[in-house]
Amino acid sequence: MQRGIPATAAALGMALVLASCSGGSDNNDNEPTASESTGVAGSMTIWVDETRINDFESVIQKFADERGVDVQVVQKASGDIRTEFVQQVPTGEGPDVIIGAHDWLGEFVSNGVVAPVELGDKAAGFAEAATKAFAYEGTNYGVPYAIESIALVRNDELATETPATFDELIEQGKELDAKYPVLLQQGAEGDAYHMYPLQTSFGAPVFTSEDDGSYTTELGMGGEAGHNFAEYLKKLGGEGILDSNIGGDQAKEAFIKGESPYIITGPWYANEFAAEGMTISVHEVPSAGGEPAQPFVGVQGAYISAKANNPVLAQDFVVNYLSTEEAADEIHAAGGRVPALTASADKMTDELAKSFGEVAAAGAPMPSIPEMGSVWAYWGATQVAIFTGQEKDPVAAWDRMLENINSEIAGG
Amino acid sequence: MSIGQQAATPPHSRKRSGAGIQDASPARNFTAGFFAKLAIMAVINAFGLYGLYASWAVGAWGVFTGLAIAVIVANWVYFSRRAIPGKYLYPGLLFLFTYQLFTMVYTGYVAFTNYGDGHNSTKADAISSILSYNEKRVEGTAGYPITVLEDADGNIAFGIVDDGQSKVGANDTALENIDAPNDGARITDIDGYTILDFAQIAANQDEVVNLRVPISDDPNDGSLRTTDATNAYVYRSVLEYDESRDVMTNVETGVEYTPSDRGNFVSADGEELSPGWRVFVGGENFTKMFTDSRLSGPFFQILVWTFVFAFLSVATTFALGLALALVFNDPRVRGRKFYRSLLILPYAFPGFLSALVWRGMLNERFGFINEVILQGSSVPWLTDPWLAKFSIIMVNLWLGFPYMFLICTGTLQSIPSDVLESARVDGASPWRVLRSIILPLLMVSTAPLLISSFAFNFNNFALIYMLTGGGPNFTGSPLLIGSTDILISMVYSVAFESGVKQYGLASAVSILIFIFVGIISWLGFRKTKQLEEI
Repeated sequence: MQRGIPATAAALGMALVLASCSGGSDNNDNEPTASESTGVAGSMTIWVDETRINDFESVIQKFADERGVDVQVVQKASGDIRTEFVQQVPTGEGPDVIIGAHDWLGEFVSNGVVAPVELGDKAAGFAEAATKAFAYEGTNYGVPYAIESIALVRNDELATETPATFDELIEQGKELDAKYPVLLQQGAEGDAYHMYPLQTSFGAPVFTSEDDGSYTTELGMGGEAGHNFAEYLKKLGGEGILDSNIGGDQAKEAFIKGESPYIITGPWYANEFAAEGMTISVHEVPSAGGEPAQPFVGVQGAYISAKANNPVLAQDFVVNYLSTEEAADEIHAAGGRVPALTASADKMTDELAKSFGEVAAAGAPMPSIPEMGSVWAYWGATQVAIFTGQEKDPVAAWDRMLENINSEIAGG
Repeated sequence: MSIGQQAATPPHSRKRSGAGIQDASPARNFTAGFFAKLAIMAVINAFGLYGLYASWAVGAWGVFTGLAIAVIVANWVYFSRRAIPGKYLYPGLLFLFTYQLFTMVYTGYVAFTNYGDGHNSTKADAISSILSYNEKRVEGTAGYPITVLEDADGNIAFGIVDDGQSKVGANDTALENIDAPNDGARITDIDGYTILDFAQIAANQDEVVNLRVPISDDPNDGSLRTTDATNAYVYRSVLEYDESRDVMTNVETGVEYTPSDRGNFVSADGEELSPGWRVFVGGENFTKMFTDSRLSGPFFQILVWTFVFAFLSVATTFALGLALALVFNDPRVRGRKFYRSLLILPYAFPGFLSALVWRGMLNERFGFINEVILQGSSVPWLTDPWLAKFSIIMVNLWLGFPYMFLICTGTLQSIPSDVLESARVDGASPWRVLRSIILPLLMVSTAPLLISSFAFNFNNFALIYMLTGGGPNFTGSPLLIGSTDILISMVYSVAFESGVKQYGLASAVSILIFIFVGIISWLGFRKTKQLEEI
């Protein structure tokens, strides 16, 4: 008896392990499709992570009922979903559709794991920035469903007027005798995403842009603008405004406790503040360097696997269904994100979502080129080293960062 | 393969005249045990056959062969009379092959390839992606709602309505006018074809999306294709692949791209097409660690720290564990059981969790240590290079001493008391007894465990990753590595966190680390042999 169990487990384990590791299995063979006998038109698999699954559960259910197809939703961890998708698609074990952010696009295209989509006339229904975000070298690879960006969230019980510049805002916070004049989450690894509005206000975007708004692979953070920003970081660090001990959780807690009138954050925390019963309002981040402070705009959307087992169903869901007003309303009702479909966005009643939508409209799209992957880690780490004072010379540190990113881009 | 057959017909037990022979094995007598075995083997064979069928269906021949051998051997081992030892060894061997050797071989294979971002799959996949990414819509052409049709031979065709005129075309036949009623957008009824509904389309998805219907007899006008079976657009391929010559050609510029030995299609003037595919690159990944100046610079520094960290982790945990074990081994201590169970506590928490909790407690501004114990001072426990190293050793001490305490306690209790007593009678001081009797005897049984602990800490990725993430980062280094990174976490950050994933490089360095640890362990074990000759 006992002899058999390990052997069974081994046979099973062997089958599973080998199947999951075997690359290059060919999906063009005539596989037996189970769908023909189950009475549904077909089946497909969708991967979505825990931060987006709430948006999609009901809309996927509706689609499945309407089209008579069987849809399997697989929840993946947000830290792994990208990497896993890139690894699994070639083996034929990947999903038909993956829900994610537009800045994954570069990685997906350079690995050949996503399929192009053609929106045709439907493209006109979306905010232009949203569809552009899913384009790479003139081809579209995804369909957007929501737009989001960070903004300045104000605790209206502590402050009712917001000044025009960031320095005045800090002054105001100090006068109010708040524990923190303004909360800007960083953490030990840095957080260039939350810092970006301040950086753009110095006129130092991460990459330079073409005339049509698409990013080039040339860094735009160099030169005097970048140096001024680096100096400013050091100044804020010296004043204690920026602190590597304050990560997302600490910032959120402090704001809920009323220890600061302002926090720079996105809808994900703002909705929590509202749920706590706080009176808050959403504003553009005041400029620190004289130019408009543009936050990164992230676009959420759906991609289709290059090796989808059910390409027609996947395209039908992504292109034809997600572009309907009904689906966009459903997703907005479920998750509260600002819809990328203009018709749905115009109908929004939620004040918070509206204000976030207005801030995002003036933001800068997050680059989705593969080169962006080389930027993130260096960027945050350098900013932390500057404002904590580890790097004595901010300008030299900044220039070294640019050099490192460029050599990483040039061939790693 | 008639695997089931063997199970169904047990070997005939030859009738023996000599009754009372008691050596009959269950395989030859129909006892309950035999039927139990039969049932279990039937289940195993069923799983095996299912696995074989599944792997055959997707064409995974490596899996298929491995599984076939495993199943055949399993049946032979458990039904033959000769393979008695095999009956006990086989499951273990199977696990060894599957979970150890296979992963090692696979890691070895990846180490010699350029697997990573941009070289993620096979050449066939790369070609199909490149072709699909380079089908561009012909400018100024409209999109058409389509009807998906099937002719009498089962071939798929598209029907469109162009200015009220119905047209039909298939793979090699350009669109031509046809007399069929339509509602202005789609054909409603057509002779000689069936109009496919959604379920029928779903059953023929690949054919539908791979269909290219030429707009006219001139191929330069482009062809209709659809992705969702409801709308079609006119596309023209910018690149065409010639299989016989293995060349990609840009039809607009005439530039030819040929496969390079780096796994990319490259033009004569060096322009690469993306994506590429996986190719063998030989020992490049192994030498990169030493030839790439960005890696070799910090490599030595990190290597030294890795040894220091592993050595100090073992030394400190062993010293504390031994000291506590000696104290609580003394019969004069009261409540020894209680204290001993208390000391096991850190060992009972998962290390992942503990490291994260410590990370929070050591936070410079909000951490429990600075806030409560040190009354609001701001000691940079995790942000100062030296203090971070110190914190790592201390947290590892907290995590690791109970284990050492346990093994030392066990060994101390096995030292015969008469030896210790005779030493005391001879007037040896307690210090002398410890040095000359207890430690040598203790080392005989604990030295191998210390070596394995060293090997474990040499690769203690979880602690570093959870507690400091390798930080604080080296300022001015071209890579994102910090003063608490050990080799394995350095590999992790180089291969996964610096933007471009390089699985080949990561595998190669893992193998190098494996060789390091192997050599150290081997030297260590040779030393322990000498210890045993006391």
